[in-house]
Amino acid sequence: MKWDEFFVTGDPLIYGADVSIVLTMVGILFYLTKYKKWKWLWTEWLTTVDHKKLGIMYIVSAVLMLFRGGVDALLMRTQLAIPEAKFLDSQHYNEIFTTHGTIMIIFMAMPFLIGLINVVVPLQIGARDVAYPYLNAVSFWTFFIGAMLFNISFVIGGSPSAGWTSYMPLASNELSPGPGQNYYLWGLQIAGIGTLLTGINFLVTILKMRAPGMTLFRMPMFTWSSLVTMVIIIFAFPILTVALALMSFDRLFGSHFFTLQGEGMDMLWANLFWLWGHPEVYIVILPAFGMFSEIISTFSKKTLFGYKAMIWSMLLIAGYSFMVWVHHFFTMGSGAAVNSVFSITTMAIGIPTGVKIFNWLFTMYRGKIQFTTPMLWSLGFIVNFVIGGVTGVMLAMAAADYQYHNTYFLVSHFHYVLIAGTVFACFAGLIYWYPKMFGYKLNERIGKWVFWLFTIGFNVCFMPQYFLGLDGMPRRVYTYSEESGWGPLNMLSTVGGFMMGIAFLVLVYNMYYSFRFAKRETTGDAWDGRTLEWSTPSAMPPFYNFAKIPEVTGLDHFWRQKQAGKVEKLTAKDIKKIHMPSNSGVPFIMGSFFFILGFGFVFGWMWMAILGGIGVIGTLIYRSFEYDDGYYVSEEEVIETEKISK
Amino acid sequence: MANKTAANEHGGFPWKHLIGFVLSIVLTLFALWIALETDLSLTWILIIIFGFAFLQAALQLLMFMHVTENSTKTKLTGRVQVGNILFAAFIAIIIVAGSVWVMTAGHAKHDKHDEPKTENHGGHGGEEKSEEHGSHK
Repeated sequence: MKWDEFFVTGDPLIYGADVSIVLTMVGILFYLTKYKKWKWLWTEWLTTVDHKKLGIMYIVSAVLMLFRGGVDALLMRTQLAIPEAKFLDSQHYNEIFTTHGTIMIIFMAMPFLIGLINVVVPLQIGARDVAYPYLNAVSFWTFFIGAMLFNISFVIGGSPSAGWTSYMPLASNELSPGPGQNYYLWGLQIAGIGTLLTGINFLVTILKMRAPGMTLFRMPMFTWSSLVTMVIIIFAFPILTVALALMSFDRLFGSHFFTLQGEGMDMLWANLFWLWGHPEVYIVILPAFGMFSEIISTFSKKTLFGYKAMIWSMLLIAGYSFMVWVHHFFTMGSGAAVNSVFSITTMAIGIPTGVKIFNWLFTMYRGKIQFTTPMLWSLGFIVNFVIGGVTGVMLAMAAADYQYHNTYFLVSHFHYVLIAGTVFACFAGLIYWYPKMFGYKLNERIGKWVFWLFTIGFNVCFMPQYFLGLDGMPRRVYTYSEESGWGPLNMLSTVGGFMMGIAFLVLVYNMYYSFRFAKRETTGDAWDGRTLEWSTPSAMPPFYNFAKIPEVTGLDHFWRQKQAGKVEKLTAKDIKKIHMPSNSGVPFIMGSFFFILGFGFVFGWMWMAILGGIGVIGTLIYRSFEYDDGYYVSEEEVIETEKISK
Repeated sequence: MANKTAANEHGGFPWKHLIGFVLSIVLTLFALWIALETDLSLTWILIIIFGFAFLQAALQLLMFMHVTENSTKTKLTGRVQVGNILFAAFIAIIIVAGSVWVMTAGHAKHDKHDEPKTENHGGHGGEEKSEEHGSHK
C-alpha cells in the first residue's frame, strides 16, 4: 500500500479537513503544555470513574459528533440545493450520507443520551455511583475509541459508502473495495462493546442501588425509561455484534454468510441489521420520553399524569420493539402474510406511544406552566413528534409503503421522529441538567433564540421533503435533473438546513456566553425540581453525590418534602465515612489497544490486530489481579466539603 | 410457595429435588425410546426430543435452580427472575423463528441466489449452481 492509498487525496475539501485537524491537534497540545494541564487531564478526566465526569465526557463527545454529522448534512444539502450541482461527486456524496447516518445514530444520539443517563440516573435514585464504576470507564473509552476509529476514515483510507444500513451485497468486497467498509464494521463493533456494558451496568445500578424506600414504582420517570432502555440494549446489541462479526468474516476471511456466491444470503444481513436496528430506534427514543416527562412535570408544577400507564406503555414498547423489524424492508417481497403481520404490529406500537402523548398533555392540563427553554423544547417535541408519528403510521401500511419506500417521504419521517424526539430531548435535557453538571444555567434569552431558529429551520428543512418524496424523489441520489421539478423545494430544504446549522452555532455561543457571564447557582435546586438530583445542598454534587443517603417515602419525594417545609438539614452527626471507588488508567489504556486492534483489522494487517488483541487481553488480566477495593472518604473531609458548622 | 427461601428448604425431606430428578430421568429415557424404538420420521423425532429437552431445562430451573424463590440477600424477587427468563426466551424465539419465516416465506425464497434449496428437490444442487446466481425468477 502506497502512501497516497493510505491517506485520502485529491479533494480540496479533504485537504481543508486535514489542515484543520492538524491545527486543532497542535493547538490542543500547545494549550495543555503551556498551561501545564497534562497532569490535570490525566488525573481528573482520563482516569476518572466518576459517573458525572464520564457523563460529561460522553456529552462533549456527542456534541463534537453532532458538529461532524451536521457538517456532513450541510454538505449534502449544498449539493442538492440546485439540480445537477457539481459540488460533490457521486462517491463523495455516498460517503457523506453514510457517515452522516452512522455518526448521528451511533456516535451522537446514543452517547448524548447515555451521557445524560450517566449524570442523572445515579443522582435520581440516591446512589453514590453506578454499580460498576470501573466498567463504566471501560464503556466510555470503548465508545470513544470506536467513534474516533470511524471518524479518521475520511482522511485515512477512505470512508464507508454503503449507507448506514450497509446492505449486502453493496457492502461486500466486490462492490465496496478498500478499508472504508471495514471502518464501519470495527468502529461499530468496538463502540458496541461499550454500549452493551453500559446496558448491564445501569440495569444493575437501577435494580440494586436505589436509596432505601425507593421501590420500583417510586422511581422517577427518567430512571424508569433508562431501565427499560437498558433491557432493550442487553437484548438487541448482541444481534448487531453477531451480524457485524459475520460481515467482518465475509470481508476479511472470505466466508459466505451474506455474499452472492457460495449459498450466502444477502438479505439475511438486512434482516439481522433491522432485528437490532428497530429496537435501536427505541433505545434512542425512550430516554427522550423520560426526559420530557421530567421536564413537563417540573415546569407544570404537577405530578406526572398517569405514572403507571407511562410505565406499562414503555414495557409494551420494549416488547413490541422486537416484533416490527420487517417494516424496514417490506419491498423485499416476503409475501402477503409476513408483510401483513408486520404491518399490524407496527401500527400497534403506535398505541402505547399515543398513550404517552396524552399523558404529557394531561400533565400540563391545569398546571402552572413556566415557559423555560427546556419546556419550550418539550412543547416543540410534542407538536413535531406527532407529525413524525402520523407519517410513521402511513409508512406502516405495507401496500402503501411500496410507494413511499426509499423516497424522501421516508427520509423526512425518520428525521421528524429522530430530531423532534431525540435531538430535542438532548437539547432539553442538556439545558435542564446543565446547572447540575456545571453549576450555572445556560442563558435563557439566547436559549429561546436557539429554540426558535432550530425548530423553524427544522420544519423548513424537512416539511418540503415529505412532498419531494410524494413527488417521487428517491433518497441517496447525489443529484437530479432540472426537468424533475424538484429544484425549488430542495432549495427551500437547504435553507432550513442552514438555519439549523446557525442554531447549533448559537447554542455553542450560548455555552461560551453562559460560562463567562451566567449567575452561579447557590443551591442545588436550580429549577424548583421534584426529584432527588435537585436535593443536593451544592449546585454541583460533590464526587460522592450524597453525604447522607436519602430515605424515600414516595414519588416526587423531594417535592413533597419542600411542600411540607421539611427538607432535611445535614448535621455533623449524620456524617459517616464514605466508601468510593479508586480512579484507574487501565480503561483508557485498554481503549488504546482496542484502537490498535481495530485499525489493524480495518487494513487487514493481522500482526497489528493481534498486537492490539494481546494488549486488550493483557489489560483484562492485569485488572483481574488488581486488588483495589476503593478507599474511604473520612468524616472530616465530608464535613468540610459540605460546609457543615459544628 | 414463592416466599420460600433457600434456608427453610433445607429442613425436611427434599421432595422437590427427588421429583425433579425422577422426572428428568423419565424424560431422558422417553427421548431415547422415541429416537431408537419408534418408526416416526426424522423430522418428528427431532421435534419431539427438542420438546423434551426444553421441558427438562424448564424442570431443572424450577426444581433445582430456585428460579421462583425470592433471595434474602438481593432485592431480586422470583417474579423478576422468571419474567427475565421468559422475556429472554420470547426474544430468542422471535429472532430465530421470525428470521426463518421472513427469509423463507413468499417471494423471498426465490430470492436466494443459489437455487435450488432443499425444500422440494432434496439435494444441494451442485452442478447447476454457478450460472444461476443473481438471476431472479
